[in-house]
Amino acid sequence: MNATQAEAIAVATYSRLVTAENVVAGYRDKIVWQDANFTIDRGEFVAVIGPNGAGKTTLFRLLLGLQQPISGTIRIFNTRPKRGNPQIGYVPQRHAIDSETNIECLELVRLAISGKQWGFSSISRNDRKIALDTLQAVGAEELAHRSLGALSGGELQRIFLAEALVSNPQILLLDEPLSNLDIRRAKELVQLVNNIIRTRNVTAFLVAHDINPLLPFLDNVIYIANGKVATGKPKEVLTSERLTALYEVQVEVLRDSKGNVAIIGTGTEDHHRNEQYGL
Amino acid sequence: MFGYRYFQHAFEAGTIVAIIAGIVGYFVVLRRSSFAAHALSHIGFAGAAGAALLEINPVFGLLLFTSIGGFGIAILGQRASHRDVEIGAVLAFMLGLGVLFIGLYPGYATEVYSILFGDIVGVSPSDVLLTLIVGLIILTAIAVVYRPLLFASLDEDVAEAKGLPTLLLGIIFMLLVAVATSIAVQVVGVLLIFSLMVTPAATAQRLTKRPQRAVAISIVIALMATWLGLFIAYYEPYPTSFFITSIVFILYLLVRFAKRAPSA
Repeated sequence: MNATQAEAIAVATYSRLVTAENVVAGYRDKIVWQDANFTIDRGEFVAVIGPNGAGKTTLFRLLLGLQQPISGTIRIFNTRPKRGNPQIGYVPQRHAIDSETNIECLELVRLAISGKQWGFSSISRNDRKIALDTLQAVGAEELAHRSLGALSGGELQRIFLAEALVSNPQILLLDEPLSNLDIRRAKELVQLVNNIIRTRNVTAFLVAHDINPLLPFLDNVIYIANGKVATGKPKEVLTSERLTALYEVQVEVLRDSKGNVAIIGTGTEDHHRNEQYGL
Repeated sequence: MFGYRYFQHAFEAGTIVAIIAGIVGYFVVLRRSSFAAHALSHIGFAGAAGAALLEINPVFGLLLFTSIGGFGIAILGQRASHRDVEIGAVLAFMLGLGVLFIGLYPGYATEVYSILFGDIVGVSPSDVLLTLIVGLIILTAIAVVYRPLLFASLDEDVAEAKGLPTLLLGIIFMLLVAVATSIAVQVVGVLLIFSLMVTPAATAQRLTKRPQRAVAISIVIALMATWLGLFIAYYEPYPTSFFITSIVFILYLLVRFAKRAPSA
């Protein structure tokens, strides 16, 4: 093989940002989900969907190196996930910020840059500039000097996004950023995330309950339910057959004329399973 | 008034305590740990009463019990803010324990009184020295952990994901609160610890959005209240801690109702 071929292989391998092989996730004696097999490439927009408690946050914790899989291998940038990887930007579900928090937004974004350093130093000009630039990139520059406690849900999500982007990550993990937003703000945020992904060639995993705001932009879906994981393109995963097999009860997937999806569990047992047991 | 030794000592100890309480208090308010801080002083009371019973300097009993208590609360985890029932149960038990110790040695009611409500005018030169040393240790520790602690306090999950040792920071924080509480008890006592450890910082946080400024304002408020309280108590025959607490409270009320929402 010549040098160009070797290089092409190297680039192709490196574009596989996240891979999972037969991953089983859970805690000491409890399996949360298993059979996770997927490959996510650079620049993909991936939705992580599933009911509450299915283990979507568990997936994030595995990717962040905060938890280890019970078995199977998970790889980011071709190595084991490690804590504190600056290549991953994390927007968690919970934040301690409420209406009583009277701290300016710029401070939070700046802390995301230098908060890991011990000691007490006065404001670094460079950090300040990076923070302001990042706020501008998410369309929140006018929020820089406003108090975190005074922001609306949508505005806060932009700040949290900026917080995750300061380290110029190649992967973004967003845990339920749309939950407290109305439909319009949810769409705006999804649009913003999509713009960032495309302009920076970043891979994003976004956990949500309702997949519809994401559908126009998605490359892949990771569907976690009933202790199992289904992955693939939205059209492949969001089908009655696939989801019925996943949930092990009859599930209907309906589509409207605009492509919106409704997932309806009919509550009856899966007929194939019942046949197996002679029922 | 500065001609009197006792007043000098009171002034020195009060100044150190106000500065420390102002800084540590900022993080107490930020981390919503004011109840834990309050509980620590009560846990410390049992230690102080026990130490006095054994004829040891009560401050050492305070330090021991508040440190253990602080460590325990920190280990409970970051969701300690939801554990107020458990912390409250321990608090009440410790208070009861302290009452037992008092009952075992009926001869030192005044000492108990000064632990409960502060006795800044009874501070000795060795107390001042101890306060200074402890104060410097706390200041150094804060200088080292300031940035990570601020980050972990504001956005713990992101900080943890970035590799910050958030549990360790929580433990360090609680130990700092424990030690700061121990020296602050000299000035305002166990029951009034809020007035130095919480209220000045809570007032400061309403006044500014910049953490460094809030810390500075918190220190200034605690200092002013302590000094003013000492000066007034010099002329009026009422307990110093009452004046300090009242000044801090009035200021808090003023700011609370003048500024309704976080400044835009």
